[in-house]
Amino acid sequence: MSIDLSQFFEVFFEESFEGLDAMEAELLNLEPGDLDSETINTIFRAAHSIKGGSGTFGFNSVADFTHVLETLLDQIRNGERNLETVHVNLLLKSVDCLREMLGALQSEQEPDLTDSNVLKAEFEAILNIEHDDSQASGTNVNAKSLDTYQVDFKPLHHLFKTGNEPLYLFSELADLGECSVSSDLTDLPDIHDIQPDECYLAWTFFVETHEDDKKIKEIFEWVEDDAKIDVTLCGGLFEEDESTPEEASIPEPEVIAKESSPDPGPAKEASIEPAKKPAKTSGESTSIRVGIDKVDSLINMVGELVITQAMLTQLGEGDMTENKQMALKEGLAQLAHNTRDLQESVMRIRMMPISFVFSRFPRLVRDISQKLNKEVELKLIGETTELDKTVMEKISDPMVHLVRNSLDHGLETPEHRIEAGKDPIGKVTLNAFHQGGNIVIEIMDDGNGLNTDKIKSKAIEKGLITDNESMTDDEINELIFMPGFSTADAVSDLSGRGVGMDVVKRNIHALNGSIDVTSERGTGSTFTIRLPLTLAILDGQLVTLGKHTYIVPLISIVESLQVDLKQVNCVGGGVDVLRLRDEYIPILRLFQIFNHTGAIEELDKGLLVIVESDNQKVGLLVDDLLAQQQVVIKSLEANYQKVDGVSGATILGDGRVSLIVDISGLIKLAGLKKAGSQKLAIDNSMLEPG
Amino acid sequence: MEQTQQQSQQQNELHSPSVNQEDIQQFLTFIMDEEEYGVDILTVQEIRGWEEITAIPNAPVFVKGAINLRGTIVPIIDLRLRFGLSSVKYGPLTVIIVVKVELKVGTKIMGLVVDAVSDVYSIGQQQAKDVPDISKSDNAEFVHGLVNVGEKMVVLLHLERVLNLLQETDHDLLAG
Repeated sequence: MSIDLSQFFEVFFEESFEGLDAMEAELLNLEPGDLDSETINTIFRAAHSIKGGSGTFGFNSVADFTHVLETLLDQIRNGERNLETVHVNLLLKSVDCLREMLGALQSEQEPDLTDSNVLKAEFEAILNIEHDDSQASGTNVNAKSLDTYQVDFKPLHHLFKTGNEPLYLFSELADLGECSVSSDLTDLPDIHDIQPDECYLAWTFFVETHEDDKKIKEIFEWVEDDAKIDVTLCGGLFEEDESTPEEASIPEPEVIAKESSPDPGPAKEASIEPAKKPAKTSGESTSIRVGIDKVDSLINMVGELVITQAMLTQLGEGDMTENKQMALKEGLAQLAHNTRDLQESVMRIRMMPISFVFSRFPRLVRDISQKLNKEVELKLIGETTELDKTVMEKISDPMVHLVRNSLDHGLETPEHRIEAGKDPIGKVTLNAFHQGGNIVIEIMDDGNGLNTDKIKSKAIEKGLITDNESMTDDEINELIFMPGFSTADAVSDLSGRGVGMDVVKRNIHALNGSIDVTSERGTGSTFTIRLPLTLAILDGQLVTLGKHTYIVPLISIVESLQVDLKQVNCVGGGVDVLRLRDEYIPILRLFQIFNHTGAIEELDKGLLVIVESDNQKVGLLVDDLLAQQQVVIKSLEANYQKVDGVSGATILGDGRVSLIVDISGLIKLAGLKKAGSQKLAIDNSMLEPG
Repeated sequence: MEQTQQQSQQQNELHSPSVNQEDIQQFLTFIMDEEEYGVDILTVQEIRGWEEITAIPNAPVFVKGAINLRGTIVPIIDLRLRFGLSSVKYGPLTVIIVVKVELKVGTKIMGLVVDAVSDVYSIGQQQAKDVPDISKSDNAEFVHGLVNVGEKMVVLLHLERVLNLLQETDHDLLAG
């Protein structure tokens, strides 16, 4: 029978990546010298599952590599080797390497083995050399001298019925070294009462061996449950044995408790919990499964909904009386309530704690700070704050960028910090919390803050601003989000190529979010990202255009006003420009762009909605503003195709479809150039997605 | 459903008793400009009455807009305009046939505006005749075959081609 294993590949990869994440997180928790057995066990288990899985599916390159990794982990776990920083670094590198290999296999390519071979060689070097060291130094329990162990083996009567043959155990024991045995016949009943399939004997062995007690226990591992086994170390002389087992015993726990892993050596003071304990610590947080409580609450609500529906059906029967009408109204109110609850619950299913994003930062900060020779303490706050999975996936790259920036540009070197009278260890804080219908993520550092003078001179140099413009510090800080802007003196592989912050800003805008920065010289800067909780719902302003209703995302609306014709000029190319305070804002006639008829065409009769996108403000001419409401975003593309200037569709309360205006698409559609509309001339090519 | 199948089976026997069972395909037919057109019944999701449609900006003229089909946004194509026929005022008899088609870009659900729905026929493969090669019309590619049902002639449509708007419309938009 052959089973097509490929159907399980996806599951294997998913689990392996989860395992690697868990390994990485735990490795970062490990500090040399501070050995938490549960942490090591978690790492070991993850590595072991990957090895097992990859072996099963024939990914031998992965299995081989994981094997050496596992060997090292096993030795650390058993206390045969002390954990050192090199080990942690090597293990972290292997996690990366494994991730790459698995990634290649997942996309059905042959993994590149150069990295893994290098790492493998490093592992083997450690395993070989240090093993000799430890042998020589004698710090671990690998018995180098001849010890004598007393082994008391008293099987329960039903031993034979479990399929165990003591004779095999004995011969294996004899393989360990010289062995003498005496049997205890006290339990032996009268010849008439003997059941031939029961075991009445007990034995006492004295084994002289180079191996440690662990090896002996391993032999009896299979019969642990069916026998009483005592292994004690004797002084070394046969004669003393009978009388001295108690005194001669070293502080070694009895091995009666069943353990699925070999017992740790006695040299480690840390009590190692049995490995069969479920891997609960890391398993929960790294999986993307929906909690049963969320599902349960959904089921509850659907139950409520069904009850309400039954009630309404009942009310709908027969003639309508005044009483019934009252009850009907009540029922409808309840239905509305139920529906809203249900909607909220369904939304919650998509929500995941932000720790999924946060969890990758300890590693990142560790790596970067090592590279930069800076000491950094990373603080994570509000990890349980929940946000939509799609938002989460898209926010992680911009955040990585911001954290890198903070480490590279924000924080000073330890020497500089001491000079400035600060703690040499820099602090980077990630803080997430809910505020209104938004999630706010703050990235704070206590570094030097943004250098406004430098930014300004750089901006002048790049032609982003003119020399004599007076700007507030906040306005200057905003400049770092302009395309092509970088103040880093040297371009490093971390940052400084000037394609950073504008991309960050654009990505966040694509999520209907916003980012701003506050900074104080010498004390640090804070980047604040505001995001909608979900991408499925949007706060919209309903506007009319003749008989058409459109939705403008509320977040992009700056203000709405009635046009004073005196403030409007027509500039070359037939674009009307409104002078609003100190800005010139181009006016887009929405009906023209969308090719609709029947809308108000005179500027002074309609309303102008000033919207902003990508630092560009435009005024949209619409007939009227209607209500503001939350709308559920539906795809227009799913059954049709992408429509320029429209980001999606939604269904209004009356069941009609309404389209959502895509401001940046609209600006592109209108063919507006940035120059002339904005006081800052920007190289437009930078805005084109790469 | 079974009943309708049986009925159409009977109809089929009336019209053409010699058809081989295996080749039989069922077609839903509809009327446009007094002609009868047929589409594979398995692509048809439902038939709806006329309702208000939300216009899509800058869409080709035959794309009337989009409707809400129980939470899904479905574009509506006016087949008359698609075929270059004269447009008529939509009335209570106007119907929308919602179809599901496999296009290159994926499965799409779309609505077709037609004058009226006519009938369901079971038609054997052999009965369908190729389009005579005299037509220079652009619409010839939409036609899958012709079939005689009793006195009438039904035009079987190649829905995938009729509804393959994407490349074309992009082109149109650029040109326009």
